[in-house]
Amino acid sequence: MSQSAARSVIPGFGITLGFSVLYLSLLFLLPVAGLVLFTFKMTWPEFWAAVSHPQVVASYKLSFLASFIGASINAVFGTLTAWVLVRYTFPGKKIVDALVDLPFALPTAVAGIALVTLYASTGWVGHYLDLFGIRVAYSEIGVVIALTYIGLPFVVRTVQPVLADFEKELEEASAALGASRLTTVRRVILPAILPALLTGYALAFARAVGEYGSVIFISGNMPYKTEITPLLIVAKAEQYDYNGAAAIGVVMLAAAFILLLMINGLQWWASRRG
Amino acid sequence: MSSLAQTQPALAAASLPKATAEPAWVKWTLVTVALTFLTLFLVLPLSVVLYGAFELGVKVWWDAITEPDALAAIRLTLFVLVIVVPLNAIFGIAIAWAIAKFEFKGKTLLISIIDMPFAISPVVVGLIFVILFGSQGWLGPWLSAHDIKIVFAVPGIIIVILFGTLPFVARELIPLMQQQGKEEEEASLTLGASGWKTFWYVTLPNIKWGLIYGVVLCNARAMGEFGAVAIVSGRIRGETNTMPLHIEVLYNEYMFTAAFAVSSLLTGLALVTIVIKSWVEYKDERRHKTA
Amino acid sequence: MSISIEQVNKRFGNFVALDNVNLAIKTGELTALLGPSGSGKTTLLRIIAGLEQADSGIIRFNNEDITGQHVSERGVGFVFQHYALFKHMTVSENVAYGLTVKPKKFRPSKAEIAKKVNNLLELVQLGWTADRYPSQLSGGQRQRIALARALAVEPKMLLLDEPFGALDAKVRAELRRWLRRLHDEIHVTSVFVTHDQEEALEVADRIVVMNKGRIEQDGTPEQVYDNPANPFVYEFLGNVNLFHARVKQGQSSIGDLQVPSPEYTNSEEQDGLAYVRPHEIDVFNLPQPDAIKVKLDLVTIVGPAVRLEVLAESDQQLIHIEQPKEQFKQLNLKQGDTAWILPRYTKVFLGEGI
Repeated sequence: MSQSAARSVIPGFGITLGFSVLYLSLLFLLPVAGLVLFTFKMTWPEFWAAVSHPQVVASYKLSFLASFIGASINAVFGTLTAWVLVRYTFPGKKIVDALVDLPFALPTAVAGIALVTLYASTGWVGHYLDLFGIRVAYSEIGVVIALTYIGLPFVVRTVQPVLADFEKELEEASAALGASRLTTVRRVILPAILPALLTGYALAFARAVGEYGSVIFISGNMPYKTEITPLLIVAKAEQYDYNGAAAIGVVMLAAAFILLLMINGLQWWASRRG
Repeated sequence: MSSLAQTQPALAAASLPKATAEPAWVKWTLVTVALTFLTLFLVLPLSVVLYGAFELGVKVWWDAITEPDALAAIRLTLFVLVIVVPLNAIFGIAIAWAIAKFEFKGKTLLISIIDMPFAISPVVVGLIFVILFGSQGWLGPWLSAHDIKIVFAVPGIIIVILFGTLPFVARELIPLMQQQGKEEEEASLTLGASGWKTFWYVTLPNIKWGLIYGVVLCNARAMGEFGAVAIVSGRIRGETNTMPLHIEVLYNEYMFTAAFAVSSLLTGLALVTIVIKSWVEYKDERRHKTA
Repeated sequence: MSISIEQVNKRFGNFVALDNVNLAIKTGELTALLGPSGSGKTTLLRIIAGLEQADSGIIRFNNEDITGQHVSERGVGFVFQHYALFKHMTVSENVAYGLTVKPKKFRPSKAEIAKKVNNLLELVQLGWTADRYPSQLSGGQRQRIALARALAVEPKMLLLDEPFGALDAKVRAELRRWLRRLHDEIHVTSVFVTHDQEEALEVADRIVVMNKGRIEQDGTPEQVYDNPANPFVYEFLGNVNLFHARVKQGQSSIGDLQVPSPEYTNSEEQDGLAYVRPHEIDVFNLPQPDAIKVKLDLVTIVGPAVRLEVLAESDQQLIHIEQPKEQFKQLNLKQGDTAWILPRYTKVFLGEGI
């Protein structure tokens, strides 16, 4: 096969592929391998001690649980948003549609200080929540809020095209066969968008687990309570505890690759069903 | 009476929801819920930044962004962009060309590797390069022996941002060029054009919008990269602080207005990014309709 | 410009696209490469153009070996099935493209290019589309522009890959007549690929029938239609009925019917297959000597013709027959009736068929 590529009449195969592979290797593959190899300098007990320290374990729990809740919120409201954007017309729809990408475009540090200002007890929203005794800033809820914000576009943007391409005939067929609107949505539309929904969910989750900038301002970073795993890595790196940081980094890396495999699997499933 | 009897069925038919639509009250409830959610998470944060930046007037805002450290951060951010964005654009074009125009072994693997930098936490990216190039890292002793500074210096910032924004252009161009196939290039070659002319006159105009879009996204992410830069920059004021890092410093020093002022610049660029994205998508949609 | 293809082989992985193909195409001829999908016809065309490289073998233009020459230097005009017009250029920019990308030394002046583009657009009768974009044209118009674009560089030959494949039936028929007339006007050596036998029969001076990477037959339209070289060509060119036959000493027997097969005079008695085209069967409403007795199972009137599906009384074999409507009406037969049929022309091939 590679022989046929080299003999293709379109030029540039060798140079473009060579450059791409070299670039990827130098910038990405070798450095990542470097991190993994670095942890091999540690003994197993050292490594285990670093990744299973109670403070670290508390951070895993917070990071994964908050990411899970954030992604779940996005699954519900993201699907709803996609539905509203595809199916209904209302004034300002184009602007709303464009705005969904804001978390992709807005620097995370800016989002971080905006969210904490908004949800602090003196803030526009936090002020009202305070009346009900709900504290968002500097609590686990704050972490969830930040991770919901950062994952918001994923579900919308994966579900939206599937909904837009969904054949109206299928809904009409369902209605003609006597199904109520709710039944049609539940039995015909939801199964069709499920692979996309799960893919968006997994993407939002993966992004949230590694997120740093938008969380650290609102979380307050109290050890054992509101300290996310990425923050621990930064803290250890700043104290030149590279072994500890690298060990946790490898755990994060492993989690990222498992999530990536899951996402690839989901996309494969989705394309096979499509 | 008779007129009433005639209009009634017509009325009933009009108020009957279409088989594939919801009643109006359902629609408006759903729209309201969605808009409330988006307002809480998108509109309010955006407003708070702009409000915070201009709360004390344009003069204060202007002073905050023209203060020497802020200017240094802006300059550094622009400098990084000028290097990072073209490099990743060239990489994106090269890899998309190889993948879309040729068949070779390992293509699927290559495509899945491209997405990986997105999955890695920015702080892990920063950590990787501190470990590689830092004083206690693999190459640290050699680098300091040769008086080369990468970590806690501008080169380190550039490298981690290159890593973090690696896939943007490639991700836009690969599907686009795969879908376009290679017939137009073949037609150009049969008409006697050289490979370079074919790329310049046929391929590039065809991928123009995808390329612009990818570059814009790459640009947005590069200027906003935070976690990775936070680790490798060393936060030397006026030297290795990019705009996001400068915002963090200002915020932590309780200079909220200044923090929001610098934020407003990045927010403006984010909004421009979104506008360009919508515009590219609109163009794309229109082309599909006419084709 | 003559084209000579010598012992060309091409594989894609395990798939043999071309299996030792030899072919010579004369100057000024309009040749059709005809075959089912996967027969290698497009691959052969792309190898002639230089868009694909043969694994082995030689391509010559006017006896000059150009096997190693790059497509951009071969000077061929190639017309793609899906037109491959440059979407971002206007029609006149598309047609001018081949001239504007020439190195400065050889590039005509702007005025010359404009004049040439105009002439070509007139030639394809689409002068009024000059400033439009390809997306604003119909399929047939796009294909004519693609042709004008290919002709702009004054190619030594014109290669067309299923040029009408993406068009609907009516436009297709129009365009192929138009191509025939155009070829009579400009006489450039042309090769086109098609899977449509009618198209090949109507347009080409010469038909090359391909199957599974090999050339099955090569001849004028009359030759391949009237004298198919083998069962494949017979079946591919038009509908056909197959009958089991016994062949012995220059005679074939199909049931009770005896037909002369002079090409097999020396043979011992053996099995064969008799091929009869549906329109080469006579129908009678009274018994005839040697005729096969059948029942009219289905009578369908299709415009001016009648299609019959009849069942042989002896073995219930299904036979397709086509007749002009007028002729059939005179027989006064209707569905369910008994009739007698006699093939006017039969071609027998030895063996159990393809």
